[in-house]
Amino acid sequence: MSQVEITAVEREVPGIFSGLVATTRRDLLLAWKRPGDVLNPLFFFAMVCTLFPLAVGPSAEQLEFSGPGVLWVAALLSTLLSLNSLFLSDYEDGSLDQLLVSPQPLPVLVLGKTLAHWLTSGLPLVFVSPILAVTYRMPMSVVGVMMLTLALGTISLSLLGGIGAALTVGLHRGTALLSLLILPLAMPVLLLGANAVALAANNDVYTTGIWALAAYAIGSLSLAPYATAAALRISSE
Amino acid sequence: MWKWFHKLASPPHFYRISAILSPWLLIPGLILIAYGVYAGLFLAPMDYQQGDAFRIIYVHVPAAYLSMMAYMIMASAGAIGLIWRIKLSHAVAAAAAPLGAAFTFLALCTGSIWGRPMWGTWWEWGDPRLTSELILLFLYFGYMALRSAIDDTTKADKASAVLALVGIVNVVIVHFSVEWWSSLHQGQTVFKKGTMSADMRIPLFAMLIGFTLLFGSMLLRRIRTEVLYRERRTKWVKEMILSPEGGA
Repeated sequence: MSQVEITAVEREVPGIFSGLVATTRRDLLLAWKRPGDVLNPLFFFAMVCTLFPLAVGPSAEQLEFSGPGVLWVAALLSTLLSLNSLFLSDYEDGSLDQLLVSPQPLPVLVLGKTLAHWLTSGLPLVFVSPILAVTYRMPMSVVGVMMLTLALGTISLSLLGGIGAALTVGLHRGTALLSLLILPLAMPVLLLGANAVALAANNDVYTTGIWALAAYAIGSLSLAPYATAAALRISSE
Repeated sequence: MWKWFHKLASPPHFYRISAILSPWLLIPGLILIAYGVYAGLFLAPMDYQQGDAFRIIYVHVPAAYLSMMAYMIMASAGAIGLIWRIKLSHAVAAAAAPLGAAFTFLALCTGSIWGRPMWGTWWEWGDPRLTSELILLFLYFGYMALRSAIDDTTKADKASAVLALVGIVNVVIVHFSVEWWSSLHQGQTVFKKGTMSADMRIPLFAMLIGFTLLFGSMLLRRIRTEVLYRERRTKWVKEMILSPEGGA
């Protein structure tokens, strides 16, 4: 490529928004081509939810009581499972380096990747959860609240998990380490989400929890991409 | 002032200064702790509500305070290292983490021993302080695990500094979210602070200052070994070891 052409390429840097859309679309396409990566965490979620009634017994009031907590813990674990691969394949095939040297701001590209992660892990969970909630004898009015808390909570989980995934990318035995790093950060989300659902099940005021979850999601939406970008730069030095 | 500060950040200079400083922290610290233990166990009057069980605060409160102090030191040293690229400050962060974890563990153990006669249970999930302290311990574990998982020291320093900074936000959020949670579920366990009498309070202050000094001297000692290890290939370390004093 001659010198003239290089400058021509440099001049045509697309806007920030198109960078975001392109990264998201690429990751969604990758997920579409390999549906196993999306489905496996969902099966895992369903199976963890099946384990609890088998372990603690099938009595109706016990299931009703433990339902919100079990579903939330299962959702958290299943999100954790899919986080490991957030940057891994990009790291292995070198496209991560392309992201790092691209003229687009890295936090925005990272946001695109996390957004795609949420669309392929968090959002499916939200739609699968009612089926499992019904087996836990959760009333329909509570199911709606649970879906809302899961939708808001998994946004934060994807974003926070992105920081952990970026810190551990390229490390041996990264999976166990990732859980160790992310679980303490995920605890407030679990606490707020599961308790909002439990309060709704008791016909209590649960809106505080929803607002707190939304605040948490907005907070991590605005701060986490920067931390993830910084962590990615450090990891790929 | 700035010149002095810059000089201190150079590893050989720090190594010399800290050798002089360390006993000045250690000896007063041990004296204060010895006084505090004696005064706390024998001189302080019994609490009218908690009886003799309250005496565990003389270990519990300093340990809990230092567990958070150590995290603040670790995170701010990491931030300083990230921003101004001072190598020594990463060594400080690396040295502070195990100490902080140890004090957190001590605070949790003493708290749980205290909780047994006071609340009738070893552990109370509804108390925000207990839960955030436990999560603090997990954060320390994660921090140390991340450090040991990365072979390259420079990379480990930077990555763990990012983690420590993210964790600081988390500790605050955990505290408030548990508070919200427990305030809806049960009345929060209130420590009746009232007015502590002077012969109860003075040993506590002695213990707080004594523990802090002890922590300071342990931290200095750990930073010294950390610096020595990190600078093991440099000239000044080799010269010092080969010198007649043997690098004392």
